[in-house]
Amino acid sequence: MPFLQFKNVDFSYPSGEDDYIQALYSVDLTIERGEFVALVGCNGSGKSTFARLSNGLLLPDRGDVCVDGCSTADKSALYEIRKKIGVVFQNPDNQMVTTIVEDDVAFGPENLGLAPAEIRERVDWALDCVGMREYATSGPQRLSGGQKQRVAIAGVLAIRPELMILDEATGMLDPDGRREVMEVVARLNEKENMTVVMITHFMEEAAVADRIVILDKGKVAADGGKELFLTPDVFTSAGLDLPMPVRVSGALKNRGIDIGCPLTVEELVAAYCKRLSGGGGEA
Amino acid sequence: MRDVTIGQYYPANSIVHRADPRFKLVIMLLYMVMVFFCESFFSFGFLSLFVVITIIISRVPPLKVLKGLRMILIVVLITTVLMTVFYSDADSEPLAEWGIFHIYLSGIYASIKLAWRLLLLVLMPTVLTLTSTPTELCDGLESLMFPLKKMHFPVHELALIMSMALRLIPTLIEETDKIMNAQKARGAQFESRNPFKKIKAMLPVLIPLFVSSFRRADDLADAMDSRCYRGAKGRTRMKQLHCHVGDFIALFAWCAIFVCLLFLKYNWFGWGFIALLGL
Repeated sequence: MPFLQFKNVDFSYPSGEDDYIQALYSVDLTIERGEFVALVGCNGSGKSTFARLSNGLLLPDRGDVCVDGCSTADKSALYEIRKKIGVVFQNPDNQMVTTIVEDDVAFGPENLGLAPAEIRERVDWALDCVGMREYATSGPQRLSGGQKQRVAIAGVLAIRPELMILDEATGMLDPDGRREVMEVVARLNEKENMTVVMITHFMEEAAVADRIVILDKGKVAADGGKELFLTPDVFTSAGLDLPMPVRVSGALKNRGIDIGCPLTVEELVAAYCKRLSGGGGEA
Repeated sequence: MRDVTIGQYYPANSIVHRADPRFKLVIMLLYMVMVFFCESFFSFGFLSLFVVITIIISRVPPLKVLKGLRMILIVVLITTVLMTVFYSDADSEPLAEWGIFHIYLSGIYASIKLAWRLLLLVLMPTVLTLTSTPTELCDGLESLMFPLKKMHFPVHELALIMSMALRLIPTLIEETDKIMNAQKARGAQFESRNPFKKIKAMLPVLIPLFVSSFRRADDLADAMDSRCYRGAKGRTRMKQLHCHVGDFIALFAWCAIFVCLLFLKYNWFGWGFIALLGL
């Protein structure tokens, strides 16, 4: 059974008296346990709506969203669904409930009604996971944006969800903060086997994921692995940029230098150097 | 505006920090009553002595505590000056007078007492918020208000609202700064001698602030929902409140101080003579 399943989902936001803005058009999508998915799309493509639909913050107009076999339309199942799906939102300041880091991380497990010792254990574990243990007793004012967002991730982790959705969680961070968060997320997927859905419009981040889903104007425009980068058109037609290494290798290809399709800067440099040393002999 | 010390916890390892917040709150209530029982300089000095002792054992730098008084200082100054110049005492000659202003010796005493009282009133709550986290205070309050729970009063929700308000004060101040800068960049004038103009100039700051606050509240509610929040139902606490012998001793000590003050004030058993040593 798929873990998260969108079945033919339509969703629209009310706008004005009897006007509606359609955000999703019959979206069909399944996400299995252990996957690392990047959901990409430009503004207004319905990415955030997807996050809010998956844990029942919003309910679909038509179709059904199922988590582990339970529909989000079933109000009595919502609590169980939210235990399984953790969502990290964009603005770290709007996710913190208390003034002390560890108290904030404890908010989730406290809601689950766990024993104090167990909550303490989970909070310490979650803070260790994101590398914020040393800031456990400090206030959020003293933290950088990346650190705050890591605390927000710890707050979700402490609930021990099976799937974590990051709704543009790096959107308000500087490059350093973005890298911090990405490292944590990649490690969680690898070490803790956490299913991750990363909603983003930074293509460099999407390139880290194993599976890429492109949303364009509320529809799934493409869904596949890293091989999607071999067909740049699917990205550009959805209004997205390509990652810098893909753009460089594409430009090189146009000039007759084929170095494959590197996805990170390191891979690009390595491929280019290899080509220089290997290809130099041919010329 | 960044020096609002209320809600700013100062982490340190002291008896005051470790004390049970419930006891701290009860002592605070007792203390507030005491401040209003003080009448003579002697009793003010007596109470201040214990405030100073509390600050010393709390290991919070005294400067940090005084910073919390900065906001109230203007209020204290204004009230003291007004009290001094408008005080009237029919029994004695004024020391000086200009038109409607009269300065009496008793007026000066009265205004010093007023200033002292105001400072004492603010000082201890500042120490309380410096030595206890908002979560501790809210947990303490929630636990103290348990009788109201029986009457279906939403105690937990109230405590949560308080803790969140404290949490959001610095964020909102930051936001206000940002909006003010944005409006200044568009040519808004906030500096004006005319107080009415000044208030009117704040309107383009307040409206965006309200809008963004509502948006923030929405986001926060979504984040809380996503983290399995269902109100007080089935909720537990990571940090359980534990009271120790020390808490009872502290409470007992403050009760003793209260009794001493009562002796001074009402001259029970003729003990009030001590007050004569003062003024």
